[in-house]
Amino acid sequence: MTMRSPLSRVRGLGSAHSGTEHFLTQRMTAIANVPLVLFFVYLLVTLAGRSHAAVSATLSNSTTAIFLLAAILSVVIHMRIGMQIIIEDYVHHDGLKMSLMMANTFFSIAIGLCAGFAILKLNFGL
Amino acid sequence: MAEIRTRNPRPLSPHLQVYRLTMTMAMSILHRITGAALYFGTILFVWWLFAAATSRGFEALNSFFDTWFGQLMLFGYSWALIHHMLGGIRHLVWDTGRGLGPAEREFSAWATMVGSISLTVMVWILGLTLRG
Ligand code: HEM
Repeated sequence: MTMRSPLSRVRGLGSAHSGTEHFLTQRMTAIANVPLVLFFVYLLVTLAGRSHAAVSATLSNSTTAIFLLAAILSVVIHMRIGMQIIIEDYVHHDGLKMSLMMANTFFSIAIGLCAGFAILKLNFGL
Repeated sequence: MAEIRTRNPRPLSPHLQVYRLTMTMAMSILHRITGAALYFGTILFVWWLFAAATSRGFEALNSFFDTWFGQLMLFGYSWALIHHMLGGIRHLVWDTGRGLGPAEREFSAWATMVGSISLTVMVWILGLTLRG
């Protein structure tokens, strides 16, 4: 038996007041990731081993830069949720779980900022 | 809930090790392994971007990627991306309620594996010839 109203169940609002956002965001970023990752793989195979001049010329193209920034945004959100799911599945000690969740968030933000900074620097040559 | 104690403990459900590894099980864990590998692989990507942006250490990184180990890493990285992408698309199809039957999921498991390896090989052949 459940004490929750049908509406709150549909909304996924349990005692945590949240529920389905992570699931939906994970799917949304997964869909966005498909073209963005294909573009990234294209960059990877065409730029691997190329000279610094060639690589920075490609990466300082505005279209490339915008696509890469979009890819980083989508991937960072996606990988943070993904890693949180993995942590929740395997780590059952509350303190450790909380620390790892926090480390996961910090790591994802750091990766996003560093990658974004490098791309902007390549384009605006700060 | 009240605890029920039995004189003869009933067998617990068998542990992972006693199951024969099936293709669908293998793809399930591979999706997670590639996801986690890509997670840490972003460090490599940011390193490379930074080297390109500051030009510091770029040549050193390049000569590492020129070794057989570096090449293997790049190949593995691109395979992980493609494998996780195909596995992800498989999940997205499942989310619509389709493709969950025994024959279908067996087929899509094999398609993910065979597809990821052949796509990765094709992409590198294409990339290397495009470059000339
Ligand atoms: C190519 C496009 C991608 C697609 C279509 C995709 C799709 C998905 C989907 C649908 C899931 C959920 C799986 C589930 O419910 O069990 C997932 C999980 C995950 N993804 Fe992705 N993904 C992509 C790219 C990436 C990238 C680039 C990264 C990391 C940098 C990543 C990291 C993860 C992680 C860590 C998980 C959690 C794995 C798990 O719970 O077993 N994904 N992905």
